[in-house]
Amino acid sequence: MRVGVDRDRCCGAGQCVMSAPAVFDQSESDGLVLLRQGWAGSAVRGDVELAVALCPANAISVEDDAGKA
Amino acid sequence: MTGTHTDESTVTLPAARGACPFAPPPAYGEARRRSPVSPMSLWDGTAVWLVTGHQQMRTVLLDKRFSADARVPGFPFLSPGRKQLLTKATPSFLRLDDPEHSRLRRMLTGDFIVKRAEAQRPQIQRIVDEVLDRMTGHGSPADLVRDFALQVPSRVICLLLGVPYADHQFFESQTSALVDLSTPPEEIKAAMAELTGYLTRLAERKRREPDDSLLGRLVARGELDEAECAAMGMVLLVAGHETTANMIALGTLALLRHPEQMARLRAEPSLMKGAVEELMRYLSVVHFGLPRAALEDVEIDGTLIRAGEGVLCMLSEANRDEALFQDPERLDITRDARRHLAFGFGVHQCIGQPLARAEMQIALETLLRRLPGLRLAVPYEELEYRTDKAVYGVRELPVTW
Repeated sequence: MRVGVDRDRCCGAGQCVMSAPAVFDQSESDGLVLLRQGWAGSAVRGDVELAVALCPANAISVEDDAGKA
Repeated sequence: MTGTHTDESTVTLPAARGACPFAPPPAYGEARRRSPVSPMSLWDGTAVWLVTGHQQMRTVLLDKRFSADARVPGFPFLSPGRKQLLTKATPSFLRLDDPEHSRLRRMLTGDFIVKRAEAQRPQIQRIVDEVLDRMTGHGSPADLVRDFALQVPSRVICLLLGVPYADHQFFESQTSALVDLSTPPEEIKAAMAELTGYLTRLAERKRREPDDSLLGRLVARGELDEAECAAMGMVLLVAGHETTANMIALGTLALLRHPEQMARLRAEPSLMKGAVEELMRYLSVVHFGLPRAALEDVEIDGTLIRAGEGVLCMLSEANRDEALFQDPERLDITRDARRHLAFGFGVHQCIGQPLARAEMQIALETLLRRLPGLRLAVPYEELEYRTDKAVYGVRELPVTW
């Protein structure tokens, strides 16, 4: 799946990094979300879905491979 | 809804707890089973909405039409003292909405990233070991609240903020007054003035003698005056101290009351991360509900909340919503509890959660490892609880080992 983040919405809670550390990171300067990779394979799909559910600011979007949200 | 509810099923807040000290007041659960958004009234008769469903709470806390600003009409206050506390002249970012909230919060987010909390683990471990050395050095019994649980986060937050630890007794007594529902408004005002004065002087000192602490760097940014820096320091002192401390003490008690799970955790320390999430879900120590006020008419799950009406999001109930947690009244350290809302939700969700998690995990792991004979030193039935404090917990926890 494709993964997108909205840094304007991000509140730096860090839930995404705790859920899917292979995909998400936080900037050391402003603490806001950074993407390690814009695409998540099946091995981390569950982690990314958890990150979407846990993000308190609705700042993560995913799109499956067929291009649907 | 115009001022007061007349429905006889209305809950009055804060409601009384039942027999189990770990369970939230039964009236909240009854309200959730009637409706996840239900009418209730406050100490002064003000009508507000009690939000108890997990999904409904996420919706409310994400929706920017619900304000966290205590100056907004309809904002619910749980006591006269809390009204005094929350309507002070320089509100912290907790009690501001975006974009002002975001501007201030983002001055701190870099300090609370997951990587940083992970890097602080050795320092936290050292603090936990020192505090435990001192407690055991005095011999048993000890009060685990005073001698351990309160000291760990206090030392961590001092280190982080750059507050001299020698001053901890001063600010611990002041912050303790602030979170007590029974503290009269004039005493709240006095405690706030003391703390603000202290932190303002500290900020002035850090302007003259810069250092690499959080407060030092905040002052060095030059975007905030001393009063604003003091407001930031105060919220971190209050938010980072009693919450973590009470989770450590009440979490220990919950484990002592579930000896099989405690034994399992001792044998398999890798379960600790999940156990802390489950303890947060099960105990939900921030127990008075997160207050919001509707800025516009908003319909939540079929209930119309009008502009100017107050809402309280009862975190403990979202954490016991059967739609998400099977058999929610049962503590199960092996369940996946990560969707709990004990840190809140929305853009105000706890900024210090990576640090708080590290503190709770290290404190509990160390306690179980170093004190294999840990047990209560008084009958369980004699323990008293912090029902009147904004952060719930056990007042004293006499233990032996």
